[in-house]
Amino acid sequence: MFLPVLLKTDLLLFLLLLIVMVAALYVRRRAHLMKSWLEIVRRPMAASSLIVLIFFVAIAFLDSLHLRLAVENTAAQRQNYYSTEVVSVFDLLATSIREQTEKTYSAPFALHLFVKETIEDNKGGSERGYPRLQYGGRHLETIADRPLDVMQRLGVAFIKAFAIGFFLLIVFLGCQARRQRTSITASWQYSFSAASIVPWKTVMVTLAVFLLLLMCTLELAPYYHILGTDKVGNDVFYQAMKSIRTALLIGTLTTLIMLPFAVFTGLTAGYLRGRIDDLIQYLYTTLSSVPGVLLIASSVLLLQVYIEGHPEAFQSDAERADLRLLFLCIILGITSWTGLCRLLRGETMKLSSVDFVQAATAFGVRPLRILLRHLLPNVMHIVLITVVLDFSGLVLAEAVLSYVGVGVDPSMHSWGNMINSARLEMSREPMVWWSLFAAFLFMFVLVLAANLFSDVVRDVFDPRRRR
Amino acid sequence: MFTYILRRLIYALPILLGVNLITFVLFFVINTPDDIARMHLGMKRVSSAAIEQWKASNGYDLPMLYDEKKEGFEALTETIFFNKSMRLFLFDFGASDEGRDISVDIGKRMWPSLAIAIPVFVLGLLVNITFALMIAFFRATYVDLIAVIGLVVLMSISSLFYIIWGQYLFGKLMHLVPISGYQEGSSAIRFVLLPVFIGIVSGIGAGSRWYRSIFLEEMGKDYVRTARAKGLNERRVLFLHVLRNALIPILTGAVVVIPLLFMGSLIMESFFGIPGLGSYTIDAINGQDFAIVRAMVFLGSLLYVLGLLLTDIAYTLVDPRIRL
Repeated sequence: MFLPVLLKTDLLLFLLLLIVMVAALYVRRRAHLMKSWLEIVRRPMAASSLIVLIFFVAIAFLDSLHLRLAVENTAAQRQNYYSTEVVSVFDLLATSIREQTEKTYSAPFALHLFVKETIEDNKGGSERGYPRLQYGGRHLETIADRPLDVMQRLGVAFIKAFAIGFFLLIVFLGCQARRQRTSITASWQYSFSAASIVPWKTVMVTLAVFLLLLMCTLELAPYYHILGTDKVGNDVFYQAMKSIRTALLIGTLTTLIMLPFAVFTGLTAGYLRGRIDDLIQYLYTTLSSVPGVLLIASSVLLLQVYIEGHPEAFQSDAERADLRLLFLCIILGITSWTGLCRLLRGETMKLSSVDFVQAATAFGVRPLRILLRHLLPNVMHIVLITVVLDFSGLVLAEAVLSYVGVGVDPSMHSWGNMINSARLEMSREPMVWWSLFAAFLFMFVLVLAANLFSDVVRDVFDPRRRR
Repeated sequence: MFTYILRRLIYALPILLGVNLITFVLFFVINTPDDIARMHLGMKRVSSAAIEQWKASNGYDLPMLYDEKKEGFEALTETIFFNKSMRLFLFDFGASDEGRDISVDIGKRMWPSLAIAIPVFVLGLLVNITFALMIAFFRATYVDLIAVIGLVVLMSISSLFYIIWGQYLFGKLMHLVPISGYQEGSSAIRFVLLPVFIGIVSGIGAGSRWYRSIFLEEMGKDYVRTARAKGLNERRVLFLHVLRNALIPILTGAVVVIPLLFMGSLIMESFFGIPGLGSYTIDAINGQDFAIVRAMVFLGSLLYVLGLLLTDIAYTLVDPRIRL
């Protein structure tokens, strides 16, 4: 049927999800950590942005399960042949939008192309006009039918969303009632009152908005290009959804890659002092004094030279694009570990002179054990805050880097690439705005959610901010 | 003071040497001059004679670090590392891969960069401090909450969006300013207006929020309580006591970027077609001119190290408690 393909970044993403799950289990078993996290979830702002983030992660996860479909075999062939094109589970789910490509630009919900062409009519004559789209709104006779059709579909979506939402609400309340051994009405009153630990009201509203949006897209996307099409006729909405994976990978893998190194150097420099400290300090001062964009640019340029020189090293285009993405994450990691390392070094130096570390030293605990058992848990809040704070910056940086031409591979879906290719159409009259709009909208939602969430995380975990 | 500065400058040398080594490894060891030559001559079917000729004419035909055929000092000086990397210390940037003199280009392109970077820096600082102070004045009220959320929204918007939207609104729809381009002399102001405005607006979110937190931290200190206990009204406390003390971390934090203003802004300049150092770098990246990229990396690090030094000096100037 199909051949699973495991790209390098997929592997790292799964590893990251595994780490998050293990960390969650670890936190559950420890009351003092659990308390902080509950405090985060209790804030409405954090709860709803967490849901947005989880939604993005789910899309990225679906988009990371890569496979190669089998080419249809005749019975005589023994061997299975697989398509050279690597697709993801998300692609398969969105097959209808993925394959409905038009000739060139078309506006959102349009029935006609954006560009004038010579149309031949039945009698053999021809005239200049806007030809009908191949897929977008092909079930309609004229453009006058469109408002009614869209309204009908939206109505259906609303009813479906309401039905599913109601069903889920009942299930949820039933579970709550069973757990707390009360009636459904009592659990309703409790869950939506201020006494509830998790702000269910906010969570429900956010979920309802998501459900509604999801239903509307499911109803409309197969029939219209809801965010238009780009220059070669690909659906913009599909591109924007595909870009989620790229953005999340850059935001998370970069930290995953640099974290072990930054923690190790920061702790050893702060605890051991002396020569090692001097060396590590020199290392990060030197690295941080190189302008980040230039270091990234030159490294990516050099990778390009390598890729062009060794075309035989890659089996598919997806693999090549994947390597470039991974490399970009590594380079971004190299330029961003210095900040965390400096913070950790300072905090470790402060902690080293605190009683409990001194006591451990006096008892003859070995340095490695002191680092791991006594110092590491006490600097984890800095690590956590840095990780969530860096995330949004990295997502924004991807767009800028792709614009400069040193970002992800041009063949890869990313918001930066979308902006970059749409930029040339700015001078067009009327303007082709939907590609830019889609990219900026998706990026804005993700970054805003991340920023709001990181704000709360910092509030809760930063001891200086505690009141 | 003087000996301190001198000592700091000497400390800076190993850092710059390290930067040089990094760029050397990146540009000459991982990718050999042969690769670079092949790329400039077109990737495929380049004869080795053509590569040798290109290397000879651009000075890449020397040994890497050490020439064993030469005697004495020349064994070290007649190498790529010395000629291409160490020369940067003397501000001798050499010629670009296209054959233009980099130093002359930098001297010419510095001014348009500064024409944008300095107003953005100064006005941006003023605007951010004003906003932060206003929000701090209304702290713990709904005004504060709404303003902070507004700032988070502002900083969640991509800088590219500000530029594209600004160009569309002010340049294309309202025809107030030219969309892009640059002219020397006094007419430059028409071209500089929009980039400066956008540069300030796109910095408000992160900047004001940062300064607000500095103000709030300062307001929790003892001297503020003393001032209030003395019976001073809130406005006096905020504008006279808090502002003056909070300016110490704000100004010293801002000083570090002053030297980097020379480098210009990469995206801003290329979007607005301003012939500054930022667009110079972008052009070099796109044209794969390694000599220019190398020179800019060195210049950028040098300016950063200078910024760190200026920060320390600024501390002693604004805060009499700190002595060098």
